[in-house]
Amino acid sequence: MAMLSFERKYRVRGGTLLGGDLFDFWVGPFYVGLFGVTTIFFAFLGTALLLYAASLGPTWNIWQINIAPPDLKYGLGLAPLREGGFWQIITVCALGAFGSWALREVEISRKLGMGYHVPFAYGFAVLAYFTLEVVRPVLLGAWGHGFPYGILSHLDWVSNVGYQFLHFHYNPAHMIAVSLFFTTTFALALHGALILSSTNPGVGEVVKSPEHEDTFFRDIIGYSVGTLGIHRLGLFLALAAVFFSAVCIVISGPFWTQGWPAWWGWWLRLPIWA
Amino acid sequence: MAEYQNLFTQVQVEGPTYMGVELENPHDNGERIVPPFHLHLAGRLGNAQIGPIYLGFFGVAACVFFLIGFTSIGWNYLVQVNYSPIQFVRQLFWLSVDPPAPSWGLHLPPMNEGGWWLFAGFFITLSILLWWVRTYRRARALGMGTHVSWAFAGAIWLYLVLGLIRPVLLGRWSEAVPFGIFSHLDWTTAFSLRYGNLFYNPFHMLSIAFLYGSVLLFAMHAATILAVSRFGGEREIEQIVDRGTASERAALFWRWTMGFNATMESIHRWAWWFAVLTCVTGGIGILLTGTVVDNWYLWSVKHGVAPSYPELWGHVVDPAAGQSAPAVVPAAQ
Repeated sequence: MAMLSFERKYRVRGGTLLGGDLFDFWVGPFYVGLFGVTTIFFAFLGTALLLYAASLGPTWNIWQINIAPPDLKYGLGLAPLREGGFWQIITVCALGAFGSWALREVEISRKLGMGYHVPFAYGFAVLAYFTLEVVRPVLLGAWGHGFPYGILSHLDWVSNVGYQFLHFHYNPAHMIAVSLFFTTTFALALHGALILSSTNPGVGEVVKSPEHEDTFFRDIIGYSVGTLGIHRLGLFLALAAVFFSAVCIVISGPFWTQGWPAWWGWWLRLPIWA
Repeated sequence: MAEYQNLFTQVQVEGPTYMGVELENPHDNGERIVPPFHLHLAGRLGNAQIGPIYLGFFGVAACVFFLIGFTSIGWNYLVQVNYSPIQFVRQLFWLSVDPPAPSWGLHLPPMNEGGWWLFAGFFITLSILLWWVRTYRRARALGMGTHVSWAFAGAIWLYLVLGLIRPVLLGRWSEAVPFGIFSHLDWTTAFSLRYGNLFYNPFHMLSIAFLYGSVLLFAMHAATILAVSRFGGEREIEQIVDRGTASERAALFWRWTMGFNATMESIHRWAWWFAVLTCVTGGIGILLTGTVVDNWYLWSVKHGVAPSYPELWGHVVDPAAGQSAPAVVPAAQ
């Protein structure tokens, strides 16, 4: 019943943070737990509200459905449901679901005797979302500064906010974040390829060892970070990319209001050039 | 309460350095240069050993050509600031070696009118291609698969589309990306604006989704492996050929979390494809821009992807639409 051949011996009680044995069971492949129940609650409510709000909108075109935050005139207050109130409740539901999901990951980690790296990493993604939809709007004084829920509409939001700062590529934190996104993807390609090339060496060859992996990278670039190191490096790069993404948007508006190209004036005006 | 979470190596064991797996031809072992040594700080994160490196013919050739291309850009920068080292540092991000003007088409311009861009681009491209040969030959020499080379080829595809294939299709080098920090960012924004906002380009959408997906996958995978490193999870090849409790726990973590799990081998296939498709789809998106599609926003409206916005300012003709036709004056308000 949806169990892997080796799974039964791992399905033991315990490891919960809250609720004791109450929800300590599985449904199909899913572990439940108290935070599974709260995840379902928030996710179901949020999705239902998204669908209901979409049904009140002008289109069912999947690309064009848009659930927008309140107008700026509502500031940080509550808006009527059809004028951004849905967006506000959906945002609360999303944060409730994301927080529950993270705590459920903690419970599963504890149950399996694993480290907490996954929920810690997931926390960075939640932090970035929280920064976009809560921290920055609060600092700017209106929920209307959050991004809308819609495929094309969120792209338009990114475009419009970018051009409000004339040229967002000049945002130094954005530069770092993009570099980290590219570097992470580059490192992932190398890591995935290295494991596959060791275990799929071609006809007539035996499967290779970490000694071969190290040798290949030393031959190519003079350094191999190693089997443990690549995962530390990958996690660090990925989390740094997300962290600097959050930084680059939270400083746009609350801490810098001009175009980003103008920010670089301080460098050109340093007294050391004279 | 606080337990060791395996973020950094706390106690380093210093063994002898290792020259690498013996190559079939004993002569080739001599190509490994730079005597290996240990660097404590590197050992905090991963392997402490630095070196050796196998250069060989293709390595030396790639390095030489790269240096020719790279320093030619640097010398151009120096000329632009009248050989002032201070201004070189001050204006480094603003300096740029630009491709020739559109009027030159695909002809060879004088060196100071885009010739240096062609010169640098030629040598850097040559260097990259030689480096690709090197990744292929080093993998084969060790009896390994060539997955690294084919992933690298994906990145080279995007690079060649930007700097060679698309400019050639459009018949002018001026379409290509300049060599400079801010100038290549300016190019990117201008490119997006000129062709109706790249966000409406479906291949750009795919490329971004794969880029973010790659970062998500690496965070998930790396965190999972570190979390089961107490069971030896980082020895992935052994776990692939002889599954241990580390693999089982890693798989069950995701199965219990989201109802689905990869295996120790298949997660690396997910990783490889996500990373490679970032460049492959990105290259397709760039290649179609200006060659097949002139305005991605209008393309999206036509295909029911983007809504058409109300004409608040009267009828305005895209200034890029008919460059020879007289401009249409916007209706008076």
